[in-house]
Amino acid sequence: MQLTNRRKHIEKKPMTLMERAYLPAVTKGMLITLKHFFSKKATIRYPEEQRPFSPTFRGLHVLKRDEQGRERCTACGLCAVACPAEAITMVAGERKKGEENLYREEKYAVSYEINMLRCIFCGLCEEACPKAAVYLQADKMAPPRFERDEFIYGKDRLVEPVDPNARSKRGIQLTPEQAEALARRMAGIEA
Amino acid sequence: MEIPVLAWQGLVILAVFGITLLIATYSTYAERVVAAFLQDRVGPDRAGPYGLLQPLADAVKLFTKEEFFPSGANRWLFVFGPCLAMTTALMASAVIPFGNTLIFGNGTEIRLQAIEVNIGMLYVFGVVSLGVYGIMIGGWASNNKFSLLGAVRAAAQAVSYELAMGMALVALLMVTGTLSLREIALQQYNGLWNIVYQPLGFIIFIVCAFAETNRTPFDLPECETELVGGYHTEYSSMKMGLYLFAEYINVFVASAVMSTLYFGGFSFPGEHLLYDVLLKSQGELFAHNTVTILGTITLFAKIFFFIFFFMWVRWTLPRFRYDQLMRLGWTMLFPIAIVNILLTGAFILFFGK
Repeated sequence: MQLTNRRKHIEKKPMTLMERAYLPAVTKGMLITLKHFFSKKATIRYPEEQRPFSPTFRGLHVLKRDEQGRERCTACGLCAVACPAEAITMVAGERKKGEENLYREEKYAVSYEINMLRCIFCGLCEEACPKAAVYLQADKMAPPRFERDEFIYGKDRLVEPVDPNARSKRGIQLTPEQAEALARRMAGIEA
Repeated sequence: MEIPVLAWQGLVILAVFGITLLIATYSTYAERVVAAFLQDRVGPDRAGPYGLLQPLADAVKLFTKEEFFPSGANRWLFVFGPCLAMTTALMASAVIPFGNTLIFGNGTEIRLQAIEVNIGMLYVFGVVSLGVYGIMIGGWASNNKFSLLGAVRAAAQAVSYELAMGMALVALLMVTGTLSLREIALQQYNGLWNIVYQPLGFIIFIVCAFAETNRTPFDLPECETELVGGYHTEYSSMKMGLYLFAEYINVFVASAVMSTLYFGGFSFPGEHLLYDVLLKSQGELFAHNTVTILGTITLFAKIFFFIFFFMWVRWTLPRFRYDQLMRLGWTMLFPIAIVNILLTGAFILFFGK
């Protein structure tokens, strides 16, 4: 049975005089390597130069803030439910008076942990989130570490910085109205 | 008058010694860069600008490694092996003429050659052959089967290829009529390069030079895939470094010998024209010294090309199998070398060179 037409029939026959003289074949090989001597190098000098990520790359998670700098996450737990690797755990808490500038909703995540050793970076949490709070960044990945517990990322490492310029570019920067509409629409679908 | 000349000559000897070591040092760097370039990589570029301090880093690494003696090894011979390999490698560069003479205003004339002996080529041949003792002793003293196999291979290979090399040389000596490397270089300075008279001899010589220096495709004594590391399996630290270093010195010496014997040594095209022009405008002293210095630069250019060639071949060709190695040496190179002698003799007889 022949699946492809790439099969080559190889016959073992004694070498001709030209082949036995070695030198022609040697010259041919040398010219091939010389061509590579002047060809473009494949090396990327890593710390200074970085290989460009794909625009759809799913890397390290980020917990987004809204345009007023408040945390979007409302600890609904949909991401944890959606997660096929069960990497996400969270503890919900109620927003106290005077914390309105910190949390967008009345309920918020007191702790939010993602185990990067469990995570398979499938992006289902991003799809599940009704508040557009969790995103997988396209330009960052979880770096190697020495200890296993260092791979459990808490809110200290997941929530994006308050400074708008230092925030991740990843994720749709929804206006509150848009986010509201999105939430309503998703509720409607479920209903 | 006698002492200054001797002092100058001493300086030349020191310079030759230093240059040999320096070139061998940077050959290790060049080998890695050439290997990388031939494989579409960039090679070491972290230690210093363009990685130029890499040999230094390697040396520091080798010096700080543990000095290991295998149990049952002959300690004295175990140390003596790398020392012998290094010493013999260094000795060979002493007779190579790195240039013509430099003449000073007071008439002092110094040769750019450490020692001038009228049997220079025999000396190089003898000293390089001694180098295999370093490998044999090292392999024997290691008390390791792989090392011993590597050493045995090295010895067999050296014997087989030195014959063909010597035969190639005999044909050359029939053309030149002298064993002195300086004389041979001067003959080419005044006439045509020997490669014109001895193309076949050169091919035999360069193939044997690859075998003599234990470089790929003839690196059977140290082939990793079959013998772990060959004769230096048990070596560590700077003793290992000496073996590796000796190999690069041998490559340098082989390149220098090939440039001198077949590619005109310190002569370069248009030197007589340049000499005449400078003689008219600047005087004899200046003309002579300028041509000498340019000649030295040319010789080093030739040597560097051959060193590059050694590396180029190493990263292109696969290793010969042991029986192929022996067949190539005995049934191909050796008869061709004898035919080359006969042809050369016939040529000299009928055409008078």
